[in-house]
Amino acid sequence: MTKSAFVYVTYIRTTPEKLWSALTDKAFMRQYWFGMHCESAWTAGSPWKMVRADGSVCDAGEIIESEPPRRLVIRWQHQDNPELKAEGDSLCTMEMESAGSAMKLSITHTIEREPSKLIRAVSGGWPMIISNLKSMLETGAVALEDRAAAVKPA
Amino acid sequence: MTDPADDPDLLFKALADPSRRRLLDLLHAHDGRTLSELCEHLDMTRQGVTQHLGLLEAANLVAVVWRGREKMHFLNPVPLQDLYERWIAKFERPRLKALDKLKRRLENPDD
Repeated sequence: MTKSAFVYVTYIRTTPEKLWSALTDKAFMRQYWFGMHCESAWTAGSPWKMVRADGSVCDAGEIIESEPPRRLVIRWQHQDNPELKAEGDSLCTMEMESAGSAMKLSITHTIEREPSKLIRAVSGGWPMIISNLKSMLETGAVALEDRAAAVKPA
Repeated sequence: MTDPADDPDLLFKALADPSRRRLLDLLHAHDGRTLSELCEHLDMTRQGVTQHLGLLEAANLVAVVWRGREKMHFLNPVPLQDLYERWIAKFERPRLKALDKLKRRLENPDD
């Protein structure tokens, strides 16, 4: 079985409940996800989608497993780039566990193909998003604004 | 257990060695490898590679996933992103703003 995957891990000084809420609350998500957010009832079997700031849907799927505030598994398919959409379903797993004074958040994204343009595309965005999530929870502000916005003429 | 979020020294120590940087490059080229696969690319004993991987894991630069009985090593770039924000983005922001002003002045000379 060949597959493409990445595993990203961060430690955030916060509580399990706050972390779960940060990963599932629309308004909170927009603050660290560069204006994007996810919509779902966050229970197993419910539909899931990721929505851009302009309202368009970039990824969609279904919640496969949901164990608040510890574990979330999402079936994830890209929607508008035909090449990425054709790669089909990927699986995004988020695991949260206590580690000393912090919460350890592990995000694993896999797809049953090698190589995968989807995995390459999403893996590039995650470190910034995770880093922003960490600053939001620890300091109440994001560390990194959208860099494109910083150099765009007003 | 040690909380890597509290110890940037672990991160800089982990990066301050050519073999460990080589391991990160190897994982960047092909992520999710076993110890044996990584050993093939390094002129070093298995124990040596294990020790280096241990330090990279402690610094949270390498994440480990068990697949059956195999321990797979993945590059975790999140601490590098934090390092970028702390040591690069913060310092280059004024320069980006200056560049933006210059661009606007050149493109809209009447403003």
